[in-house]
Amino acid sequence: MKKTVFLGTAAAATLLSGMVMAQEGSTLAQVKERDELNCGVNTGLVGFAAPDANGNWTGFDVAFCRALAAAVLGDANKVRFVPTTGQTRFTALSSGEVDVLARNSTWTYSRDTDLALDFVGVNYYDGQGFMVNRELGVTSAKELDGATICIQTGTTTELNLADYFRANNMNYTPVNIDSNAEGEQQYMAGACDAYTTDASGLAATRAAFADPENHIILPEIISKEPLGPAVRHGDSNWGDIARWTLNALIAAEEYGITSRNIEELVRSSTNPEVQRLLGATDDLGAMMGLDAEWARRAILAGGNYGEIFAANIGEQTPIGLARGLNAQWTQGGLLYAPPFR
Amino acid sequence: MMTDVSASADPPFRLSMLVNDRRYRSLTFQVIVFILVMAGLWWLIDNTVRNLALMGKSFNFGFLFQRAGYDIPQTPIPYTSDDTHLRAAAVGLLNTLIVSILGCIAATVLGVIVGVARLSRNWLFARLMTIFVEIFRNMPLLLWILIIYAIFTEILPPPNAYRGENPAASMILFDHVALTNRYTSIPTLAMTHDPGSLDLGARVTFNWATIAFVVALVGGWFLRRVLLSHAQSVQDRTGERPLTWWRSLAVMVLPSLFLIWYFGLHLKAPTLQGFNFTGGLNVSNGLVALWLALTLYTAAFIAEIVRAGILAVSRGQSEAAFALGLRPNRTMSLVILPQALRVIIPPLISQYLNLTKNSSLAIAVGYMDLRGTLGGTTLNQTGRELEAIVLMMLTYLVLSLIISAAMNVFNARVKLKER
Amino acid sequence: MSDTHAQTVAYVRDTMLPAAAPPLRESGAVRWLRENLFSGPVNTILTILGLLIVWFLVATFWDWFAHSVWNASSLSECREIIAATWGEGARGACFAVIRERWNQYVFGFYPQSLYWRPTMTFGLLMVALAPVLFSASLTIRRVVLVITAVVTLWAMSVLGAPVGWLLFSAAVLVAGLLASERNIAWLLPFSAIYPLLGVWFLWGGSLWGPIFVLVGPLLGWVAWRMLSGVSPLLATVAALLVTLLFWMGLAGEAARDAENILSLSIESVRSDRFGGFLLSLTIGVAGIALSLPLGIMLALARRSDMFLIKSLAVIFIEFIRGVPLITLLFVASLLLNYFLPPGTSFDIILRVIIMVTIFAAAYMAEVIRGGLAALPRGQYEAADALGLDYWKAQRLIVLPQALKISIPGIVSTFIGMFKDTTLVTFVGLYDPLKSMSDAVRANIAWKGIYWEPFVFVGAIFFLICFGMSRYSMYLERRLQRGHR
Repeated sequence: MKKTVFLGTAAAATLLSGMVMAQEGSTLAQVKERDELNCGVNTGLVGFAAPDANGNWTGFDVAFCRALAAAVLGDANKVRFVPTTGQTRFTALSSGEVDVLARNSTWTYSRDTDLALDFVGVNYYDGQGFMVNRELGVTSAKELDGATICIQTGTTTELNLADYFRANNMNYTPVNIDSNAEGEQQYMAGACDAYTTDASGLAATRAAFADPENHIILPEIISKEPLGPAVRHGDSNWGDIARWTLNALIAAEEYGITSRNIEELVRSSTNPEVQRLLGATDDLGAMMGLDAEWARRAILAGGNYGEIFAANIGEQTPIGLARGLNAQWTQGGLLYAPPFR
Repeated sequence: MMTDVSASADPPFRLSMLVNDRRYRSLTFQVIVFILVMAGLWWLIDNTVRNLALMGKSFNFGFLFQRAGYDIPQTPIPYTSDDTHLRAAAVGLLNTLIVSILGCIAATVLGVIVGVARLSRNWLFARLMTIFVEIFRNMPLLLWILIIYAIFTEILPPPNAYRGENPAASMILFDHVALTNRYTSIPTLAMTHDPGSLDLGARVTFNWATIAFVVALVGGWFLRRVLLSHAQSVQDRTGERPLTWWRSLAVMVLPSLFLIWYFGLHLKAPTLQGFNFTGGLNVSNGLVALWLALTLYTAAFIAEIVRAGILAVSRGQSEAAFALGLRPNRTMSLVILPQALRVIIPPLISQYLNLTKNSSLAIAVGYMDLRGTLGGTTLNQTGRELEAIVLMMLTYLVLSLIISAAMNVFNARVKLKER
Repeated sequence: MSDTHAQTVAYVRDTMLPAAAPPLRESGAVRWLRENLFSGPVNTILTILGLLIVWFLVATFWDWFAHSVWNASSLSECREIIAATWGEGARGACFAVIRERWNQYVFGFYPQSLYWRPTMTFGLLMVALAPVLFSASLTIRRVVLVITAVVTLWAMSVLGAPVGWLLFSAAVLVAGLLASERNIAWLLPFSAIYPLLGVWFLWGGSLWGPIFVLVGPLLGWVAWRMLSGVSPLLATVAALLVTLLFWMGLAGEAARDAENILSLSIESVRSDRFGGFLLSLTIGVAGIALSLPLGIMLALARRSDMFLIKSLAVIFIEFIRGVPLITLLFVASLLLNYFLPPGTSFDIILRVIIMVTIFAAAYMAEVIRGGLAALPRGQYEAADALGLDYWKAQRLIVLPQALKISIPGIVSTFIGMFKDTTLVTFVGLYDPLKSMSDAVRANIAWKGIYWEPFVFVGAIFFLICFGMSRYSMYLERRLQRGHR
């Protein structure tokens, strides 16, 4: 008996020796050494990050992780997805458990400063909205005085909601829920009059209803929710890599580089900006410690921003989001990648 | 190996005696362990300090005094989103206490009933109770919480159903209680002569009427004890026990009745206004579901404890009671249960502790307890996980210690006094 | 009665009347009903109440179960089938989700081609447990091992295990069965190395790692043997030091080198692929196995007469028992990284196992303390009388008996912990109950499916926990008889 027990301890030690990794040096060096990118994602939000039946992750946030892995390691599959909850996400990042957090997190002042995160950009411009049943006869959020509202705990939406009702001098009863799936269930059963979360989430939720036409998303958007990937404070080079990978995806769409025509453009494009981006002329990658073809691989991984959007959350998917604010600046949206030079 | 050293007359102290001499060895061992433990603690603390420095964070509880900014559905003390995180934590703690206390009471009552019923001579009923116990004991509590909550959400009608000329649902108990899939709306007590409130500071108030009722009930209970002891002394002297029940009833009930008349106490039924019922007290389904799940789950364990306790009382006791002519229910309450209590109380204490700790699963039904406020939204909004979790663990620890201390005092009182 | 009176009695019956059948109320089913269900007004009311409850439950759930659909690819298809078969508005369960996704509930995201590995691991676990848990009766052992062997081998072949591994586990299972017939103690060495084997089966990788972990204690044992003549204390310290130094300094290097020379690897599976019941069982079993030594030490410390040792043990046990498991899981997911040297970061599952172990150890300590207290005082005195020192007395006399008495308590602790593993959902792991269902519902096809996963997961939990609790009750009864 005693021996069994003793060896049990020994087994733990093996596990320990196998899984503990001392992390020293820059994040880039660690990722290369590990030959794998640790990416913090949502535990399951349709369209943004969710595992399928075989544990393969897909989604809008997941695509960014894959592009980053392709840029840094040359293989879009060398990503370990670490599911994080609303509560564990920032700790996972600051403790080094993940290298980058792509978990539709809102870029806010206190998160950027006090929580010591660096948001590297915005991959989705969102805002908090309300969804109600058409039968309720409500057409504006201003009419929600006294309503019961379902809200996911531990997100900025909770604070926005409190502020909005306070500012408009209205009362409400929050129903705090733990996950999106539960929120939907509560809302569908009529346990709350309105469901509030980011507008993209509302659209995704509504799209999956059996009767989407019976639910309306109210016109008021009560907050700005710029969602973006974040890295730790203190490693600017790694931050640069994440930032410019995102920018490369956005710029690629602007210049019409898609995963399909990219090989051809590398050879034939005469646009100097495209040539620089794809590493055909200047070696931009070297400035961040990568090779010349980093952006080419990032774009090849899942396509440019537009392709990723269309494949995961666009109008052709069940989620059916319009580009809206997330169109290129040339199309009246807010996406505006700084120049590559 | 261990020769008896004390036989030889005080050998001079040698260093090796620290290891080989039984008198010193335990001291040596303790010192070594102490040093190791301290070194371990120092290592942990040093790591923490270095990690905090690396992450650019500090260890201070200043965040507790910042504006919380979020709302809580159930607030036993006044609270708005403008209050501090500290007050939010206090609200959470009170919510934890509310569901734990309600749960302990209900679980005890149900557990005792089921435990006794399992021993019932009624075959069908005893089997049903066994099934109840096994079903609830052998599935995770979280499953029960989720299922019960889902049942509430899916089966009860939304407040909307009460609307209109020909509503799909109607209020029960003479239009006083509305069961909805959000909450159970029950009447509140209203007064025509409100005496005002006692302000305890920090916006915690007690209505004078409440205080008056508490005083009346406690006073009545003491008066009843006086009456009973008087009756006992009369019985001791004369051998005849004066009839006391109506006097006891009077001292217990009359003052309260007087107060009800004096304050003009009446029920105010909730009414459907706008989206929700207002005017009444809306007990959220999160609370009810959590309470029910905790109650049923813990009651299954308590039933087993009660059953084992009753079986532990020897058969001779009940046979003796029957021989004295006591009826089965009197035998149970006068002879068996008091003796079984001694076996029952210690494991019961740990069930109460478990229930209190298990109430931290409240987040699954959106009930904002300590774990939902301090360990949930506050932690999330401020990013102070170290401070919040340490504070939360200490609070639960203190809560546990208080419960076990109180129950141990009770246990000492019912324990067999050996003479 | 004497013969003298025979003449005085006027009339004596000389033939007996034929025996009449007992009244209907006193025999057969009617009597049973009368005695057990309708023996008085209270009992009758209870019976009627019971019947009402049964009727209510059946009426509520029957059509839902009766209309269940097992073959569909989405919830809406399910609903269509139900509507088509049983008419509009009929309720029905859609167990098709279980049919489609059962593997996720059971194995999580473990690679499908390797499902046989966890199956084999838990099959062999029963063999390893046999000498510990099932030592009491040959019949039980036989039943358990035969069922295990059949089920494991069948499941492994269905799940596509390679023939080599199939033969390997068949050999182990048959050997276990034979050993259990002859002398169960023969299996103890297997139990001893099982934890390492199990880890290797589940996570894969190189076998050299576990082997070299095993070498550490062996070296320690050699050191102990060499020095135990000089001073037992020195020998113990040396043994510990040698083991630890070997683990920390040499084991990793040696395992790598050995792997380069002779590769003994199976495909490695990372712990983020674990989920569902595989995760629950792994955490539960690992937690209990690891908490046992810690719990024994704590229990001994709490009974020690050394003040400092005792107080440390009391503080530790009461602290852990005073806080909810969920806060400890938070410590695992949020705080453990603070407490370890900067830059260390390891697997969340391992962190959870560490905290669960600490949690279980406190409860285990109380269970074992109960076992220690239940031992008759004479056993301690006898050990003293034989001149055994403290550790020898504990090892040879006290602990073997105390642990045996504690087994039912240990099994109960395991049941509690196994149920509590569902809480890992709150730190982002895929437990079978909540996270896995949420992940399934995240798929558009199964959005809104709610009750069926609860029923499925609840039923599995019930089967496992109920089986174990019945077994521990049986053991308890047996032990009670043994002490009479």
